[in-house]
Amino acid sequence: MCLAIPGRVIEFVDESLRLACVDVAGVQRTINVSLVDTDERPAQIGDWVLIHVGFALSLVDEQEANETLTRLQAMGADYETELNELRESAIR
Amino acid sequence: MKFVDEFRDPELGRTLAGEILATVQTGRHYKIMEVCGGHTHSIYKYGVDDLLPENVELVHGPGCPVCVIPMGRVDDAIAVAHEPGVIFTCFGDMMRVPGSDGTLLDAKADGADIRMVYSPLDALRIARSTPERQVVFFAIGFETTAPSTALTLKRAKTEGIENFSVFCNHVTIVPPLRALLESPDLRLDGFIGPGHVSTVVGARPLEFIPADYNLPVVVSGFEPVDILESVLMILRQLNVGDSKVENQYARVVPYEGNIRALEILAEVFELRPHFEWRGLGFISQSGLKLAEAYADFDAELRYAVPGVRVADPKACQCGEVLKGVIKPFECKVFGTACTPERPIGTCMVSSEGACAAYYNYGRFARDRELV
Repeated sequence: MCLAIPGRVIEFVDESLRLACVDVAGVQRTINVSLVDTDERPAQIGDWVLIHVGFALSLVDEQEANETLTRLQAMGADYETELNELRESAIR
Repeated sequence: MKFVDEFRDPELGRTLAGEILATVQTGRHYKIMEVCGGHTHSIYKYGVDDLLPENVELVHGPGCPVCVIPMGRVDDAIAVAHEPGVIFTCFGDMMRVPGSDGTLLDAKADGADIRMVYSPLDALRIARSTPERQVVFFAIGFETTAPSTALTLKRAKTEGIENFSVFCNHVTIVPPLRALLESPDLRLDGFIGPGHVSTVVGARPLEFIPADYNLPVVVSGFEPVDILESVLMILRQLNVGDSKVENQYARVVPYEGNIRALEILAEVFELRPHFEWRGLGFISQSGLKLAEAYADFDAELRYAVPGVRVADPKACQCGEVLKGVIKPFECKVFGTACTPERPIGTCMVSSEGACAAYYNYGRFARDRELV
């Protein structure tokens, strides 16, 4: 649970609850994006975010997201565990 | 430089290592603590410490949320999990943490309904879909994770979900750092500041370290080159007698933190007068509990929690490891009685724990002389 994994917002599942579907290395699940909303700029489709236990924790650019993903994938088993736990998630 | 070719930017890695070598003063020993378990993991995965001169020593701090949960709280969790009708939910990492009489995994084998969840929102979903059962979420983690629990509680309250509660073990990052700095066991020269927790709290709360203890802090990213650059920034401050907070990870960490997350934490939680940490004992105002407005969701008020303080097993030296006083391989049971497969102490359970990082990357002994 300690990892923050990068994903891309692909659609909103519930705009008012700030639930959005993200794609994390091909795994698509629902997360809450309200922590990266600001008054000036709410989270948007196409945003890259670091995701921690079902919540977007910070906005990052695509390069940072890709570098983080590469580093996490190199971790092997720990990354696989995190991704499998995400696969089991069914937030609504 | 055995792993430098695996760096994202090997050339930058070599350059930074060279600059560090040129920056250290001979005859001086530098002891730098990385607070965050994610940094510990990166350092050993990529052999970052092998790129450092002999007189630059990295020690590992209390920043792994699984590692700092004391045994008594695991016993409390197991007691709640055994309450009739309870579905007890937790992160996968917590399943294997030993209490005084087994783990949550053992309790599950004994018949308790314990389920791993990815997110507190998954625990809330289970509560919503099984209204005839009570669902308890075992909340752990620093300010990185606490906003997730807080937002889940806000939603539970809005939806009026009455069969959901939280066993809250959230902790805050600043008090244990102050406790370490006050400890006579350890003399540190600087801190590699935590990454993810700083995305929430920002770098500002770390300003007490230079202000009160005259030591440099550099908030760092997780790439090996990030950690090398942070070490270099700390050494440069030390060489000129400077001490301040610098943010090497500004591409992700705003200096002021995540204001929205901080507001939600303040709304849903309040500080406990004191909270026990594994190895560090009781630390004032270091743990969070649910605020009055959320008391209906507090599992500690809903269930009879034993609340018994349990000493760590005698053989286990997680406390000294968490304080950076000993290296994992100096613990008597490291790699023998205590392994990731059958952990005795928390530092061997989580892959972010210092012991697990040392074990998994083959650091079974001191492989170089310290100056």
